[in-house]
Amino acid sequence: MSAKKKALLISKLKTGIPGFDFLAGGGLPKGRTTLIAGTAGSAKTVIAVQFLAEGVMKANEGGVFVTFEESPADIRRNMSGFNWDIEKWETEGKFAFVDASPELGDHAVVVGEYDLGALLARIENAVGKVGAKRVAMDSLGAIFIQFADSATVRHELFRISSALKQMGVTAVMTAERNEEYGDISRYGVEEFVADNVIILRNVLEQEKRRRTMEILKFRGTSHQKGEFPFSVMPGEGIIVIPLSALELKQKTSEIRITSGNRELDNMCGGGFFRDSIILISGATGTGKTLMVTEFIAGGANNGEKCLLFAFEESREQLFRNATGWGIDFEKMEKEGKLKVICQYPETAGLEDHLIKMKQVITDFKPNRLAVDSLSALERVSTIKSFREFVIGLTSFIKHEEIAGLFTSTTPTLMGGTSITETHISTIADSIILLRYVEMYGEMRRGLTVLKMRGSRHDKDIREFTIDGKGMHIGKPFRDVTGILEGSPRHAVPAEMERIGALFQADAGEG
Amino acid sequence: MVDKFILKLYITGQTPKSGRAAVNIRRICEEELKGRYELVIIDVLERPQLAEDEKILATPTLIKELPPPLRRVIGDLSDTAKVLIGLDIQPYTHPKGKEEVRNERQEESVTNQQAENWYSRL
Repeated sequence: MSAKKKALLISKLKTGIPGFDFLAGGGLPKGRTTLIAGTAGSAKTVIAVQFLAEGVMKANEGGVFVTFEESPADIRRNMSGFNWDIEKWETEGKFAFVDASPELGDHAVVVGEYDLGALLARIENAVGKVGAKRVAMDSLGAIFIQFADSATVRHELFRISSALKQMGVTAVMTAERNEEYGDISRYGVEEFVADNVIILRNVLEQEKRRRTMEILKFRGTSHQKGEFPFSVMPGEGIIVIPLSALELKQKTSEIRITSGNRELDNMCGGGFFRDSIILISGATGTGKTLMVTEFIAGGANNGEKCLLFAFEESREQLFRNATGWGIDFEKMEKEGKLKVICQYPETAGLEDHLIKMKQVITDFKPNRLAVDSLSALERVSTIKSFREFVIGLTSFIKHEEIAGLFTSTTPTLMGGTSITETHISTIADSIILLRYVEMYGEMRRGLTVLKMRGSRHDKDIREFTIDGKGMHIGKPFRDVTGILEGSPRHAVPAEMERIGALFQADAGEG
Repeated sequence: MVDKFILKLYITGQTPKSGRAAVNIRRICEEELKGRYELVIIDVLERPQLAEDEKILATPTLIKELPPPLRRVIGDLSDTAKVLIGLDIQPYTHPKGKEEVRNERQEESVTNQQAENWYSRL
């Protein structure tokens, strides 16, 4: 690229807000003003403060916060929950407030023409004082309330945004919206600071709040399009989850690991791949949690670290179950090979679950991860959030080269699939089905490896039993058909032979 | 007892609005508060910290610090009657009739040219 062409390109300022810079194609357009619009409670003030806080903490860049709404004292207090010590930064000369918040009973009489020259002078003064590279103004709606003459205010805001540009600072301005899907902002603010617009949403969907961020436009430069979920985490601030922006470029591994069950390993052609995603699907009571337990025991016995997220059973139940199958979770935990986290799915939104799970994974660095069950999480979210959660989690653990085992409960006892499967089945590298098989007034259990990416596998539907030592996989159900569709029928040997002959041409290893 | 008025006018540099406001407030003070006022004109471009301390956003802004209550008037102060109401000052009853005073005031209303002249003297 020629030097001239390079100079024309708009450079970006890395904000440091987790996940955001990825969406923004590197950061906010440098030296420009970006409008952040959102409804009440969409975390506008948080992102405005975080923009400055990350600058101070990560890039040692000074910041100026112009507040039209809350007093500086309120902001200092409200933001301390995110571990942002604004007061300290102020004394260190890295952070300055320009307090333009209205005071109680402070109403001025307007006589004749005026402008906001004093505000601009104060901003310039503050920028100079802390050597600011970043400026945040929150929120523009409040200044329109303070001054009745919107035309003047609009003109003055335009003047301020041009002045900021001349000072070479990168700025964000927040503005209110009335509806989640409607006009960009109240007072038509976007029309004069319209170079860049970001929209924050806080949509109520099936009784659940879902926060998303959308970069509507970055004039003259690229960004990711569409809505991306984000979460406001205590002690950290905003974390954006750039899901659909993920790239499918994980490495693959040829190394096999044990499923914890020798017979199942044989069915899978020697075990699971080390960085694969395995989905276990079955009705309630078919033995999913047992497979999870064996998967963990198999790992721990090889000296691997295992992490279990349980959303259905308590710690005590899980440990007792494991003991019932001859596996000692307590010992594994003492040896540091196992970490069990039990939680009701309802305790948080899926975005929050995802962020917390990623944090635990990053801290614990497991070789194996099991989630029991995904269906429980599906219960607390919308389909869209759930899909994003699944993609977010699986791509993350693949990237970390962790084997992941997920369970999914089918809604019906016999046969059937669940929504969980439709979302994860294409992502899963291996799918194992556990099914009830009703024969002559008896419930028996069947297991089959439906899919095993990149490997030969056993295609039989095999019967298995569960006893005090765990799972035992036996012979295939040779004379039963219709197990997967949920209506097993006993087939006569003669009929089997006839059907077998029909497929003779395709016989052999599939 | 005569209260002393302390007035502060915040302006931004040499803009027509700033000039008009300064001329207007000087005239109003001379007419209504002669001998019992103190007027300070502050250019926020030179002393931004003072604007910060007083939380001034708009210019021109006139603040009546004393006597209480504190009052703020924003704008170029082009309407004397409104300014007086805004500052909570009872208009001084002129020896001449009301009509006459109003006419005189209209003649006095400041043009931009005058404001600039005033500035060059400052």
